[in-house]
Amino acid sequence: MKILVPVKRVIDYNVKVRVKSDGSGVDLANVKMSMNPFDEIAVEEAIRLKEQGTASEVVVVSIGVKQASETLRTALAMGADRAILIEAAADVNTDIEPLAVAKLLAAVVRDEQPGLVIAGKQAIDNDMNATGQMLSALLGWSQATFASKLEIEGEAALVTREVDGGMQTIRVKMPTIVTVDLRLNEPRYASLPNIMKAKKKPLEEKTPADYGVDVTPRLTIVKTVEPAGRSAGIKVGSVDELVSKLKEAGVI
Amino acid sequence: MAVLVLGEVTDGQLSLDATAKAVTAAKVLGEVTVLCAGGSAAAAGAEAAMIEGVARVLVAEDATLGHRLAEPTAALVAGLSGYSHIVAPATTDAKNVMPRVAALLDVMVISDVVGIVDADTFERPVYAGNAMQTVRSSDAVKVLTVRTTAFEAAASGGSAAVENVAAAADPALSEWVEDKVAASDRPDLTSAGIVVSGGRGIGSEENFAIVAALADKLGAAVGASRAAVDAGYAPNDWQVGQTGKVVAPALYVAVGISGAIQHLAGMKDSKVIVAINKDEDAPIFQVADYGLVGDLFEIVPELTAKI
Ligand SMILES: Cc1cc2nc3c(=O)[nH]c(=O)nc-3n(C[C@H](O)[C@H](O)[C@H](O)COP(=O)(O)OP(=O)(O)OC[C@H]3O[C@@H](n4cnc5c(N)ncnc54)[C@H](O)[C@@H]3O)c2cc1C
Ligand SMILES: Nc1ncnc2c1ncn2[C@@H]1O[C@H](COP(=O)(O)O)[C@@H](O)[C@H]1O
Repeated sequence: MKILVPVKRVIDYNVKVRVKSDGSGVDLANVKMSMNPFDEIAVEEAIRLKEQGTASEVVVVSIGVKQASETLRTALAMGADRAILIEAAADVNTDIEPLAVAKLLAAVVRDEQPGLVIAGKQAIDNDMNATGQMLSALLGWSQATFASKLEIEGEAALVTREVDGGMQTIRVKMPTIVTVDLRLNEPRYASLPNIMKAKKKPLEEKTPADYGVDVTPRLTIVKTVEPAGRSAGIKVGSVDELVSKLKEAGVI
Repeated sequence: MAVLVLGEVTDGQLSLDATAKAVTAAKVLGEVTVLCAGGSAAAAGAEAAMIEGVARVLVAEDATLGHRLAEPTAALVAGLSGYSHIVAPATTDAKNVMPRVAALLDVMVISDVVGIVDADTFERPVYAGNAMQTVRSSDAVKVLTVRTTAFEAAASGGSAAVENVAAAADPALSEWVEDKVAASDRPDLTSAGIVVSGGRGIGSEENFAIVAALADKLGAAVGASRAAVDAGYAPNDWQVGQTGKVVAPALYVAVGISGAIQHLAGMKDSKVIVAINKDEDAPIFQVADYGLVGDLFEIVPELTAKI
């Protein structure tokens, strides 16, 4: 079984995000970019399935600017076998919407015929939480989102999902799309020899036109502003003082 | 314009709070129809009919719609035509279903809406709430999930007509196995007036009893940081933050939580924030109205005793 893992290049989760004063967006020039943290977990899960002999090949795909090839190299260094870069934008500020990403991924699925797609639950830049579900709809496949446990049982997969009420376990027909939550696994770091080896692994370059997919956005970003700020209050010296402040504020 | 609201139904029960908040968001867009779908949904439908501002309720009862599986629910919703907007509260169930609905309709989904500017234009947080984006949709149907913290619940007192609708053909792609739901007498995290959350500083699952005791004294819900959940001190459904629950209570007490942006994303709209942390430079103090520097193992029991 082949596993396809879509990985997104996003602003590193440790970077303090700055909103540009003209309202045009977030400052992405000269900031550290990394693989979306959920996608590292997805790549890790795919590699583990290969190591266990459940999967035969792990293919990673990224859609965006050409610098996304760095993100793909990271995935290859972790242990993925092959990468596909779909260059869909020239400007680092252009974000390709989940619907367009899902359409491109559906086209890649038709070419590659994977038995499983493992994606992140959410990209930490647009926080949309949509691509896996959309891809599943376009393919008419089953979906198992927000996974914290995944077991492949031949024709089906048993997936435990993190939901508002606690945990839900479902059995989904293969092929399927799983989106991963934070507690599925602890992703590995790529070792230096593996980083070197990754440079020689195949990375195919494509464009949306190769797949006949129109990536024109459906949502126009009117403006991006700094959220209403919250300023620090005061430090109290004792529990008694805290209790009286809370009483004054009328919250207890 | 006609708006369809996907009611939040779990095991036949309506989550009135989440649904009534989605109705408030939907009302400004047009006439509201609420869909209640489930293995059993009639009681939920009857309750939804009493939400003020609801014009019509559709009840879809079918075994395939039980357990909130995405594929049959999305097929049902996408098959109900005639709506300019499809709105749901931004719960894990709706986030599972609504992007699938949107893709079936060939439209974009707009997640976690916190403001409605007009019928096509919406505000939503991005980058863990570090930026607020206004987006305009050119799609024929707008599919949205709305943050319940951003909208007041619509009052009760309505009496909408209730109709039955049939489920869509069963795609039979997935099957429910089990739910693990921790029963609790505490208020629901997302609608509680007070939330007390513990972080890595709590140190163990047993020590969380300190947090729970304070919460019980205050009649509060209990929350946790990701680090506390990852370490096994607290269950996953307590996680507050960018990738957990978003809360905005009148009072939020953060105990042994450093205040990473991913945690702040889930609580910084709380009315009053209290932080208890032994590190006076912890970033949580930058958003706290009242900060108390010191050892939580001394402070929290004392606080519990004094209120
Ligand atoms: C993609 C992604 C998504 C994430 N989503 C979330 C999310 O939804 N929610 C979330 O919370 N985090 C999330 N995180 C994790 C986040 O970045 C932080 O790692 C996490 O919030 C830290 O939790 P913490 O504050 O409990 O732990 P720490 O940062 O370790 O802080 C512990 C605090 O406890 C204090 N302390 C220790 N002992 C005591 C004592 N005896 N008395 C008083 N104070 C004490 C310390 O001074 C310290 O400030 C996410 C991270 C990523 C990468
Ligand atoms: N541009 C992209 N390239 C590759 N994968 C993506 C891209 N956008 C989204 N994804 C995948 O879809 C997941 C969810 O993203 P989103 O729906 O944007 O929150 C991510 O964690 C990735 O696995």
